[in-house]
Amino acid sequence: MIRSEILKEIAPILKDQLIVCNIGIPSQELHAIMDQPSNFYMLGTMGLASSIGLGLALAQPKTVISIDGDGSILTNLGTLPTIGNNCPSNYILMIIDNGSYGSTGDQPTYTGRKTDLAGMARAAGCDNVVEVQDVDCGKALQEAIDAQNGTVLVVKCDSGNAKMPVITMDPVVIRHRFMEAVKA
Amino acid sequence: MNIDKKIVDDLVANDVSFVTTVPCKQLAGVIEEVDQRPEIFHIPSNKEDEGMGLCAGAFMGGKRPAIIMQNTAIGVTINTLATLTQFYRMPLPMIISYRGELREPVACQVEMAVHTKALLEQMLIPTYHFHWQKDVEEFDNILKYTFMANKPVAILTDANFWGGYGDQ
Repeated sequence: MIRSEILKEIAPILKDQLIVCNIGIPSQELHAIMDQPSNFYMLGTMGLASSIGLGLALAQPKTVISIDGDGSILTNLGTLPTIGNNCPSNYILMIIDNGSYGSTGDQPTYTGRKTDLAGMARAAGCDNVVEVQDVDCGKALQEAIDAQNGTVLVVKCDSGNAKMPVITMDPVVIRHRFMEAVKA
Repeated sequence: MNIDKKIVDDLVANDVSFVTTVPCKQLAGVIEEVDQRPEIFHIPSNKEDEGMGLCAGAFMGGKRPAIIMQNTAIGVTINTLATLTQFYRMPLPMIISYRGELREPVACQVEMAVHTKALLEQMLIPTYHFHWQKDVEEFDNILKYTFMANKPVAILTDANFWGGYGDQ
């Protein structure tokens, strides 16, 4: 499965959840598959989805799911110790690990070679790290939501992107409707 | 006057309850004070752009955030300031130790100091420079201004403001 197929499959689970979605094609795919006010689309700033999601989870009690990628985690590796040492129970970091930089043309990342993100997350102090294959993503995500124990979920899948339109929504609109969903 | 206490008192009075820090020798006292206050959740970050991501999330979760960092980090965070904090119109007080200014003992610090105000000006970030201890009296107003304007705002605090480097 590629990322967009995973997102389609887990869309019913993501409905009405607070989602912070990674920059580029992941946000475009989520927007096209299931736009909702509780989706925060990153239009820039590669690497910070996991940090924004952690800050949000620490600031309020609802479950927060950050949908991140292997390339973005590698860009902001300092995020793993910060999550490992501060992770609230309502935070789920879901890393869709397709071993490539999807938004820039599928150039390979190091996770497709020797680097093991789940192992790095554990070594960084994250207590609940689960690695699954794409077909098991929905089940693992639902379990993480139900468990409420602060989970890092690494989802191994194939490289590839669906052709989706660029998000043209104004960033302040994205932010405002997201904050209204947080408060609701 | 205890500057560290005054700064943190003003943060608390302005309902700032989420503070991320990247350490600096000059800011050690403020960071310690932040860490001790029950009204503030203190989360150290490993890099300043990561910290700005944490602050963006906390803001959207209903908290007023702040970041404490060195001016060298302006070189690290330009993209984050432009494409996250400014693009989505979020407030962020940045309490910055202004290394490389008068009384600085380390020459390399000057190399970023000479770019600091120019970069902030290029980014259209409102900037205040605390050089004398009395300048801290403005801090409360700067915080109110930041959360009124929904913008990142820089407070540069130099070595003279902190009373020099002692015997370093």
